[in-house]
Amino acid sequence: MSKILLNIDGKEVTAQEGMTVLEAAQSAGIFIPTLCHHEKLEPFGACRICMVEAESHGRTKLVVSCVYPAEEGLVVRTRSEKIDRIRRTILELLMAHAPDSEQLKELAAEYGADADRFEKEGSFCIHCGLCVRYCAEIKKKNAVGFVDRGTRKEISFVPEIALKECENCKECFPLCPTSYLQAAWVLVKALASDGS
Amino acid sequence: MPRLNSPAELEKHRQQIKSSGDPEMPCVAICAGTGCLASGADRVIEAFRDEIEKQGLKAGVRIRETGCPGFCERGPVVVIYPEEICYLDVKPEDVPEIVTTTLKEKGVVERLLYEDADTGERAVHESDIVFYRNQQRNLLENNIKIDSRSIEDYFAIGGYSALAKVLSEMKAEEVLEEVKKSGLRGRGGAGFSTGIKWEGSRNAEDDTRYVIVNADEGDPGAFMDRALLEGNPHSILEGLIIGGYAVGAEEGYVYVRQEYPLAVTNINRAIKQAREHGLLGENILGSGFDFDVIVHQGAGAFVCGESTALMTALEGRAGEPRPKYIRSNIRGLWNKPTVLNNVETWANVPLIINRGSGWFGRIGTEKSKGTKIFSLVGKINNTGLVEVPMGMTLRDIIYKIGGGIPGGRKFKAVQTGGPSGGCIPEKLLDLEVGFDELSQAGSMMGSGGMIVMDEDTCMVDVARYFIEFLTDESCGKCVPCREGLRQMHRILTNITKGKGKEGDIETLEELAETAVEASLCALGKSAPNPFLSTLKYFRDEYEAHISEKRCPALYCRDLISYYIDPEKCSGCMLCLKKCPVDAIEGKKKQVHVIVQEKCTNCGTCLDVCPSKFDAVRKLSGESRGAGQNE
Repeated sequence: MSKILLNIDGKEVTAQEGMTVLEAAQSAGIFIPTLCHHEKLEPFGACRICMVEAESHGRTKLVVSCVYPAEEGLVVRTRSEKIDRIRRTILELLMAHAPDSEQLKELAAEYGADADRFEKEGSFCIHCGLCVRYCAEIKKKNAVGFVDRGTRKEISFVPEIALKECENCKECFPLCPTSYLQAAWVLVKALASDGS
Repeated sequence: MPRLNSPAELEKHRQQIKSSGDPEMPCVAICAGTGCLASGADRVIEAFRDEIEKQGLKAGVRIRETGCPGFCERGPVVVIYPEEICYLDVKPEDVPEIVTTTLKEKGVVERLLYEDADTGERAVHESDIVFYRNQQRNLLENNIKIDSRSIEDYFAIGGYSALAKVLSEMKAEEVLEEVKKSGLRGRGGAGFSTGIKWEGSRNAEDDTRYVIVNADEGDPGAFMDRALLEGNPHSILEGLIIGGYAVGAEEGYVYVRQEYPLAVTNINRAIKQAREHGLLGENILGSGFDFDVIVHQGAGAFVCGESTALMTALEGRAGEPRPKYIRSNIRGLWNKPTVLNNVETWANVPLIINRGSGWFGRIGTEKSKGTKIFSLVGKINNTGLVEVPMGMTLRDIIYKIGGGIPGGRKFKAVQTGGPSGGCIPEKLLDLEVGFDELSQAGSMMGSGGMIVMDEDTCMVDVARYFIEFLTDESCGKCVPCREGLRQMHRILTNITKGKGKEGDIETLEELAETAVEASLCALGKSAPNPFLSTLKYFRDEYEAHISEKRCPALYCRDLISYYIDPEKCSGCMLCLKKCPVDAIEGKKKQVHVIVQEKCTNCGTCLDVCPSKFDAVRKLSGESRGAGQNE
């Protein structure tokens, strides 16, 4: 595999071909915040918090680093006034749902996000899809999935599969940035015992 | 059903069809497109069948059920050939008179002709009607001339001659070159060069390639693609087969929304006919080129019009856009090079091949070539589909073709480009329509939606309406779109309800920036346009709503009140009786008063007050308070 030389925040970084900008940055010890990223899973590109400025051939664009491939000669800036403003807005939007998420609170402190900026909507799930994708891609069980679409979209256990598989696995639980997954699990178990 | 094994056989078949029909034989062409069917065209068709039989003309008159010619406002539309007499708003009870007067006696039924609103003059022929006269209908003109269910009709007007030419005389590279030279740009939204897109796919290293027709037309009020697919399905198919040949694809897809049942039926029928004639399948016209088409019905998600979401849906998964930074003409459907073009783009291809890239390039502006079909709707006299050369001004489209604004109201804005387009104000009416021109004005070409708004339209409410639509249609995958639009909608709703506060505009601007810059796909990236364009051109309306709690257009129900002018009220009791909540007090011949605490602002009193009195008024803002106190 051939090596690629790129510049991230003024630092020369050597990456392997096929790496994303995020992977290149992480390999050089440069931090980029992520919410929906997991090293074992396919890039999802949904939370958009890992957005960076990428400059190549004299053109600068905003890209999500978890998907954008590392290219020879690419100049990347992981912080700027605009990036910070977008990250802050994204955090504020998510905190309308999950104000108590430790991960969000930590990032909010860094970016000056106001957890109360938008009216609260206590649905807790931030749609990072980590549980859904982990179960599908790593465990190959599909015990939890997305249902509905758009603003009505939510995660849901599939009771027939979950009641068989999840009790002894629960590997996705620590991935959840909020407590929604655990709550959904308790609910699916309660409903099952109630119905039987 | 002959299988046509060579271009020569196709030509021979065409000549047979043409010579078998008498061009002077009377023909009643009736629009059987979805619009006219909704206005009762099916009953008109039935009535013509019965009446022609009754009057003993069955052997000498053909009835042709056609596609949409565009003048939906005045449907059902009937054109009688060979004289090309055009009748509008035809009802079943008009049919006996038409058959007697026009078919038998070769006269004209005056009352069913188009009447010019200004001059009062009647237009006998389709081409005399002002709505059509100023159009250039390269794509739509054939709709009324053929039965959309008949491949013979398509052959008779020269159908599949472009395909024959391509397969027998042109190398794939030459086809690419011709399309590139024409300057054709995608009619679906982004306006990307069609030839360059095709070339990218052809040059991508892979054995398998796909071509797709995007017929997932979802913009509210837009139906250009439906009219083409329903009315002339073979023209789309011919374009697609040529595209397949040019890029080296053997398989094509038509992704059409399930909500277009007639279009689905017609394209499926067309594919079957093309297969039977050897125009699809193996060894097309004896050229050695194999190509076939599969129709896929969309399940109704607006976002599936976005190219990568469409491909994901075609693969059988939930229609969500892909996060990849690679063009789908390089890695698209099943990761294979895929050319996806809009219905109207494909329909242009046979024309470019037959008439040449030079002909196409002479139509339009420097960077936007050819004609574009717009769906002209809203507060406009002549609603319908209009096809004009690129570069025509908005003013000409709205006034010369559309016939201006009804009811003597004043023009306020025209919204182009579908829900994520923008609103263009009166001062920019002389803008020439083109991809770049509309983008520079803060709107876009989109797929050709054009909604005209008059002075009674509240621009804040317009932004709220479109953002609501887009919030509902967001796939929900990325945060800036799903959450950002949700909050934008909430704030805009509050503003229209009089709950706007200082700082709302700035918050909206920040949410808009986040959606534009950080969304995953074009839906999210363009979704803030309705807000951004109305803020740009109508900022004073936002400010009036927020700081004065006033709706300048007197539209927002929570910000207006109704008031009876005591000078004008004659005490006729009409409004008092009609008020659904008994909020009007008064007696006969005594001035009526609206009890504001009871009033729900439904507007019934204004509607029923006789125009000779004109006593009910709508108020908003400070004047509203004054009205209430009296």
